[in-house]
Amino acid sequence: MGPTEIKIGGLGGQGVILAGIIIGKAAALYDNKHSALTQAFGPEARGSACSAQVVVDEDPILYPYVQKPHLMVSMSQDAFVKFAPELREDGTLLIEEELVKPQGLPKGVKVFAVPATRIAEELGKKMVLNIVMVGFFTAISGVVSEEAARKAVTDTVPPSTIDLNIKAFERGFAHGKKLLAKA
Amino acid sequence: MNADPIGVLTGSHYLDGDHSCSEGAIAAGCRFSAGYPITPSTEVVERLASRFPRVGGRFQQFEDELAASIAVLGAVWGGAKAVTVTSGPGFSLMMEHIGLAAITECPVVYINVQRGGPSTGLPTQPAQGDMMQARFGSHGDYRLIALCPNSPQECFDLTLRAFNLAEEYRVPVVVMLDEVVGHMTEKVVIPPADQIEVTPRRYTSKKPGDFKLFEAAEGSLVPEMVKAGDGYRVHVTGLTHDERGYPAMNVVAQDKMVKRQFAKIVENADKIITFEEKNLLGAEAVVVSFGITSRIAEKGMQLAREKGAKVGSFRLITAWPFPEKQIIELSKKVKAFVVPELNMGQMSLEVERLAAGRCRTIPVLHAGGTVHNPEVIAEAILEAVR
Amino acid sequence: MSELRENPVNEYLRLDRLPSIWCPGCGIGTTVNCFTRALTESKLDLDKVAIVSGIGCTGRVAGYMNLDSFHTTHGRAIPFATGLKLANPDLKVVVYSGDGDLSAIGGNHLVHAARRNADLLVVCVNNFTYGMTGGQVTPTTPISAVASTTPYGAYEETFNLPNLMDACGAVYVARWTAFHVRQIAKSMGEGLKKKGFRFIEIIAPCPTLYLRRNKLGDGLDEMKYYKEKSVVKNGADTREVGLDYHDKIVVGKFVDRERPTLEEAMDKRFTDVLGAKYVPYTSPGKQPLA
Repeated sequence: MGPTEIKIGGLGGQGVILAGIIIGKAAALYDNKHSALTQAFGPEARGSACSAQVVVDEDPILYPYVQKPHLMVSMSQDAFVKFAPELREDGTLLIEEELVKPQGLPKGVKVFAVPATRIAEELGKKMVLNIVMVGFFTAISGVVSEEAARKAVTDTVPPSTIDLNIKAFERGFAHGKKLLAKA
Repeated sequence: MNADPIGVLTGSHYLDGDHSCSEGAIAAGCRFSAGYPITPSTEVVERLASRFPRVGGRFQQFEDELAASIAVLGAVWGGAKAVTVTSGPGFSLMMEHIGLAAITECPVVYINVQRGGPSTGLPTQPAQGDMMQARFGSHGDYRLIALCPNSPQECFDLTLRAFNLAEEYRVPVVVMLDEVVGHMTEKVVIPPADQIEVTPRRYTSKKPGDFKLFEAAEGSLVPEMVKAGDGYRVHVTGLTHDERGYPAMNVVAQDKMVKRQFAKIVENADKIITFEEKNLLGAEAVVVSFGITSRIAEKGMQLAREKGAKVGSFRLITAWPFPEKQIIELSKKVKAFVVPELNMGQMSLEVERLAAGRCRTIPVLHAGGTVHNPEVIAEAILEAVR
Repeated sequence: MSELRENPVNEYLRLDRLPSIWCPGCGIGTTVNCFTRALTESKLDLDKVAIVSGIGCTGRVAGYMNLDSFHTTHGRAIPFATGLKLANPDLKVVVYSGDGDLSAIGGNHLVHAARRNADLLVVCVNNFTYGMTGGQVTPTTPISAVASTTPYGAYEETFNLPNLMDACGAVYVARWTAFHVRQIAKSMGEGLKKKGFRFIEIIAPCPTLYLRRNKLGDGLDEMKYYKEKSVVKNGADTREVGLDYHDKIVVGKFVDRERPTLEEAMDKRFTDVLGAKYVPYTSPGKQPLA
């Protein structure tokens, strides 16, 4: 099967790294797989495009960097423009549908969209957009199990925000399942 | 003895290498840290600054690396286990006090998360260009111990071990990460405190007056320790000194001091050195690697094996002292060593020296900034077995 | 017939290390004599007093004191001492070094230790020169004084050390000359008692290099100069105590105030913020003999 490469892109401050940590943690701690998370550390300031890269594998991970992602999550147009060319031809792109207008994608890329900002706003906190995306990612990709992802959300977010974040996760997950059922 | 449970975060965690070093230090009983911010190592002290007040430790940020690297020595003589952490230019500034730690036989741990250099170089990107500096960077002759983790898990394990080795041999120990290992996040399992072996400081049982701070303990090459405040009225100096610690600036004292300080590492090398061997049986080429490069090399070996190469792996866990015997033995059995490293040739020089012409040494060099392309390592392996 | 008595200073010294390296007429030994008197009067448990020096002639003081003593690297006595004190709060830690060591190569540590109020008594023997290396210019060498690296006379503005330390927040600042032995001992005694960053500058003769090169006579001539030209002004505004070449020397206790020490500030902060979750550092205590 080999490693699955995931790249999550967005604006600094959107919780991109946290989303990566939850996905990586779900795989490594709760799904009994291996995962390695790396981040591009650069002089980029808050508000510019940043990314978290996660490699998930059944075997120990040797090469920790993501080169040609199988899965890409884009939470901003800037991040999409910057990172989308790296996607594999048969890759999968998950986007925040109001923030990202995909164009010029590599051939064969499947695109799934979720109104994560709207969902987060309905839940009363725009900040949980990243967790909606994690739920959505979990449903569409199947790289991590729902159970593992839930546990990872629970033990990663601040304790006082667990309920809210679990709701965000569930809404994103449900949206993903709905899209898959239609497809 | 076992680790103090108060500091030990038993369980499975998703941690980056830097943070894992912090946990290894705490588990080892380290309760003092001094630091100065520098990328990509600052996360280690940031975590200590956050964790220490909850476990009875003290962290102090100083005005520069010169201060941080000697404050830890003061803390050790005060009775604490202590660590400082740095990268790149900070490691250069700390060299003077690595020398002071060596000559005063101070059990202390330095962590260096390597980035691209020279000078300011590539602050956020990896290299392995400080390997020779770790060994020879401070002026004069001394021996220390350097360890090279290749995963966040090993950052925990080897930081813990660094403290134990420091106490065992009264020597500075350097943990040599690279930026990739320092910043990558993976699963880290921290055992229960009662399964973590911690070497306590070897305090003397001799009375003041009978005790000499720099006299090897009976049946050992390593002197016992005391700390300030216990009535021993010790003198500790960076000058060449006799067994009492008094300055003794003459040829005899210099010879005796330097040679014993060498011997305690050289003669105990077999106990200190650890490495990981894989697929050596029938191997025609052996890849010698360390740190993040050892994982990329593993990938390169897989690719080379697919093309029929018989290749094995020898991973350095201890960089210094160097596993000389093992490399010499291997050099009698294989066609070539392949040595990939993120520098322009450092550990490969050591391999080549030990191979002494019995087999080829093929360095696979990379100036740093990222890791090797595994294909390049695979090509070198195929060249080696041709 | 009077009984032959041991020199009262002896118990404070490592007699097996004497004679010292200091030249005849050097002022450093005088200050050490004062320090031993201050230690006697302090009634401190000498097992709990540690002395830390940097490098240079004054840097050798640690090696002659029969205390836990640390002769560190050039300029770095203060951070070493800070680590020692933070790790072993039971200790009384004294830093003893020269003007070049403390204010030139160690200047960064000096200002920051004063700022953070590290709990250290710092004794700075200021002889206006690097003695050990042959008499080079230091940050305190007065303008026009000749040093081996300013053969035509010094021309840089100097550090007014009491003012520098005052500005950085030291809680105790005093200056005396090697002539003022009683006052030095008294200041050292006050310094040993007080908590926080305490700084005592002692102007002292270096006959071999500074005096000879500037044709100022020998140690005794310098003592006469100290006697004639020093003016005691306790509580003086430290801005006004700068030194000019062979001119008036304002001496006295300039600063004596209270401020939380580094350890106290640390403890208070963590107690306020972490409450019961704060686990204070515990001193390693005394190692019991087996």
